[in-house]
Amino acid sequence: MADGTGASIDIKGLYKIFGPDAAAYVERVRQGMSKAELNEKHGLVLGLKDINIHMPPGGIQVIMGLSGSGKSTLIRHINRLIDPTAGEVVVGGADVVKMSPRELREFRRHKTGMVFQKFALLPHRNVLENVVYGLEIRGTPRAKQLEAAMRWIERVGLKGFESKYPNQLSGGMQQRVGLARALANDAPILLMDEAFSALDPLIRMDMQTVLLDLQKEVKKTIVFITHDLDEALRLGDQIAILRDGEVVQQGTGQDIVLRPATDYVARFVREVNRGRVVKAAAVMTALRPGAAPSGPAVTEDATLEDAVRAIRASGSETAYIVNASGAPVGEVGLAALADAMVVPAGSEAA
Amino acid sequence: MNWLTKFPTLDDSILTALKKTIDENFRTFTRAYGDSIEAFFHPLQSFLVQSERLLLSTPWWVVIAVIAAIGWFASRSWRIVIGSVVTLVLIGLFGMWEDTMKTMSMIFVCTVMSIVLGIPIGIAMSRSDRLQKLINPVLDVMQTMPSFVYLIPVVMLLGIGKVPGVIAVVIYAIPPMIRLTDLGIRLVDKDVLEAADAFGSSSWQRLKNVQMPLALPTIMAGINQTIMMALAMVVIASMIGVQGLGQPVLRAISNQYFTLGVFNGLAIVGIAIMFDRISQAFGRRLQRHREFVHG
Repeated sequence: MADGTGASIDIKGLYKIFGPDAAAYVERVRQGMSKAELNEKHGLVLGLKDINIHMPPGGIQVIMGLSGSGKSTLIRHINRLIDPTAGEVVVGGADVVKMSPRELREFRRHKTGMVFQKFALLPHRNVLENVVYGLEIRGTPRAKQLEAAMRWIERVGLKGFESKYPNQLSGGMQQRVGLARALANDAPILLMDEAFSALDPLIRMDMQTVLLDLQKEVKKTIVFITHDLDEALRLGDQIAILRDGEVVQQGTGQDIVLRPATDYVARFVREVNRGRVVKAAAVMTALRPGAAPSGPAVTEDATLEDAVRAIRASGSETAYIVNASGAPVGEVGLAALADAMVVPAGSEAA
Repeated sequence: MNWLTKFPTLDDSILTALKKTIDENFRTFTRAYGDSIEAFFHPLQSFLVQSERLLLSTPWWVVIAVIAAIGWFASRSWRIVIGSVVTLVLIGLFGMWEDTMKTMSMIFVCTVMSIVLGIPIGIAMSRSDRLQKLINPVLDVMQTMPSFVYLIPVVMLLGIGKVPGVIAVVIYAIPPMIRLTDLGIRLVDKDVLEAADAFGSSSWQRLKNVQMPLALPTIMAGINQTIMMALAMVVIASMIGVQGLGQPVLRAISNQYFTLGVFNGLAIVGIAIMFDRISQAFGRRLQRHREFVHG
């Protein structure tokens, strides 16, 4: 079964309440009962509240939040390691919530791969045997298992380590095994639960690069959980920010940095290096009619930093922006670029 | 006011009637079903006879060679191999070879029975908290009830001989097997189990690929304990006709033969240490993957 590239994921009206008789309280939460009231008066914990996220196929959806925000609970609903109290999780047209245990097992075997924060490798199996695990469970012929496993072990840079045990590897290498194990399934969806959080900063950067490079080839639908905004901005095509079990904002990294929806989000984005997140196209002005574009040309997905670098290299004061087909669509000056890089004065005090 | 100073007991006639009824009912039960129960245990009987015959009819040097080979493959340690060979040679020199073979055959059968029964019960117990709550007190009774007490009904049902001996030993020796299987499976890392689930393992695949291999060191400790407890029962089992090293000890007690008692006692200690070292070394070798840690 070559499931190949990504499937879409639609999470609709998802609620999760932890505790006995949780279903009875969904309606009350819908009508406005707060998390605190639910906990104090009834002893139940509101894990997720009215989550609606559309994840298009082949993109990286980041779900960001601090500990206790419900992000790990949310990702476990996509392969139903946790059962929701109410709502739908539609993956490629099928509602995961309604699947029978057998259907769910087949869904997990063929449609999803998962990478865990603590790696969760099988300690008694060597690297090769860990990577074949998903295929073995499916009943893939052994020769095919080995072929796929060797390909992915090589692809994540672990060639020569096939017969090592997880205990013999560093954290970064163990997580490469985790990644290879998830990819060897060739499932359309890749779930990554704080996959890089346990790694050193430099190794984390390496792994992000590995992931972005791989994604160019495999085009999976990746759901990536993190508590680190820089990581979220670097990886995410779409980002959803979670707080106390609710989505407080979703959009592209640039949307979130330029237009934080709440003070909470604003506090997060204040420390971000905007030059690497915001696109120059976001601050361009329309071309003056008649005037020839001056300075170097930069593409629409160039960041502020890219534009400044191009302008400084050319010795001019402005650059113009071209779309995918090469036609100029706007221009931008050094002053506007510099303004966009610093945090607006008003939000500094917030 | 008599009850203040003297504990008020049930009336003597009630107690006597109670004991009498239970005893009589059990006797009737024995008469009615004794034969079919004996038939049920017949396979166990022939297993015992076969294994004893095998050990006794094999030349002594082959037995020593085989045990040395098992010791080597289980432990890869020359010290353990040499220790086992020396122990067995000494036992032979002191004229206890035949009794030792009988005891070893019985321990072997009891251990196999304990594993075959104990592991499935332990697995079932690890899967259900309710079952665990149910079985735990039963295991407590099995371990603390003086063995003589449950020898009585076993002997009434099956008479004197090897099979009742094995049953008595297994009742005493199986609890650690069950408990440690249950514990080992319950201690398996939740994260690894979640990963197995996330990849779509069925519950059999989960048991086979994750739970059993990761619980194996604990289960091996259970097997080790079971062997030790079975050896501890050798003398008591000899009271109901189990042959082997226990019987000379029993004779030594009743006739005050000090040296005879010590020799046979030491032989039991010797094979206990031998089994213990070999099974422990095997348990350690099973978790080699934990040994070298990334620095």
